[in-house]
Amino acid sequence: MAPVMAEAASVAAESLGGGRARAARTVLDQVVLPGEELLLPEQEDADVPGGAGEKLLRLNAGARSRVRVVCGPGLRRCGDRLLVTKCGRLRYKEPGSGSGGGVYWVDSQQKRYVPVKGDHVIGIVTAKSGDIFKIDIGGSEPASLSYLAFEGATKRNRPNVQVGDLIYGQFVVANKDMEPEMVCIDSCGRANGMGVIGQDGLLFKVTLGLIRKLLAPDCEIIQEVGKLYPLEIVFGMNGRIWVKAKTIQQTLILANVLEACEHMTSDQRKQIFARLAES
Amino acid sequence: MAAERKTKLSKNLLRMKFMQRGLDSETKKQLEEEEKKIISEEHWYLDLPELKEKESFIIEEQSFLLCEDLLYGRMSFRGFNPEVEKLMLQMNSKNKREEVKDEAVELDVSDEEMARRYETLVGTIGKKFARKRDHANYEEDENGDIKPSKAKKMFLKPQD
Repeated sequence: MAPVMAEAASVAAESLGGGRARAARTVLDQVVLPGEELLLPEQEDADVPGGAGEKLLRLNAGARSRVRVVCGPGLRRCGDRLLVTKCGRLRYKEPGSGSGGGVYWVDSQQKRYVPVKGDHVIGIVTAKSGDIFKIDIGGSEPASLSYLAFEGATKRNRPNVQVGDLIYGQFVVANKDMEPEMVCIDSCGRANGMGVIGQDGLLFKVTLGLIRKLLAPDCEIIQEVGKLYPLEIVFGMNGRIWVKAKTIQQTLILANVLEACEHMTSDQRKQIFARLAES
Repeated sequence: MAAERKTKLSKNLLRMKFMQRGLDSETKKQLEEEEKKIISEEHWYLDLPELKEKESFIIEEQSFLLCEDLLYGRMSFRGFNPEVEKLMLQMNSKNKREEVKDEAVELDVSDEEMARRYETLVGTIGKKFARKRDHANYEEDENGDIKPSKAKKMFLKPQD
């Protein structure tokens, strides 16, 4: 962590002193701070100060190939400018098969969840009021969930949801001005694993960064955990994890391992899993 | 006197459809202009400068899902919940779907086999669209040497 901190400090000093926007390409995988401005590759030539730069810009204006760039979490568009809103490392993903400028985002550590449209989360039913369930999702406001937003639910055939149940669902409405709304069906009306999560099991909270780490396509931890014993896990993007195994002891071990592996090196992890496999 | 009276026809009267045939081109133009003026005066418009919203080339997307190719959030291992395991395979193979599709195409009916099958179908379908009278001709034309349906249909006594 120490080098990261030092880096952050130097960046802070630099941005305070200079106050000039940096090119996004040059700060990839480096720490960016909220309030900083980034320049996309096609805006870089505009950064040259003085008259020469302006001329250059005007000459290139027509020829410049403008591609669509996606700015992910931690970045915000402000007119033509790209601003940083979270502290973390700037990441970039190459565009896929289609044309485009790729995706920029900030890989940040945080515990507070802010609802995002399309995210799958685990919520707790806190109230039943008429046609709507109130779901605690760990955000600033409870989300609403219609009783019709379950697979096979009709006005007559209500889903069996009680206060205190765990719900795995998806956000359809999530913006800063409105109450978030969840559903437990996809666009085709199928559940696809969403809905009430089964009985028993254990729910615990971790940081949002760990959830993303565990859900990464090539995550060693999950692959190792899967080899231990029969088990089931549900990950919510809001930092909640629900685990269940055959016995309570196994469930607790699982929860502890997942919680602890956030700040372990891969060697330490290997040791732990070797010890678990023996017992 | 008569000519003077003619000019005194009111404008509203001149605007009527049946009066326009007899009008000369100058008065017609005058009337049209007046009509246009009335319409443009009645039209409403916003007293605002023209909006010049430039097309933005930065798209905002607040979900990590798109950025990091995250897996589906439900997992089951070693047969704890077979349903979820099936679902896991299905959801996580979405990005590998294209490769799977290619294989599926190879596994299906090959082009040659399909061509062979359709070859035999040409006759059958053609017969369907031919008129009854032409049925016999059709058979002869298409497969004159075989003529399987030429044999007269008779009642076959079932064997014991």
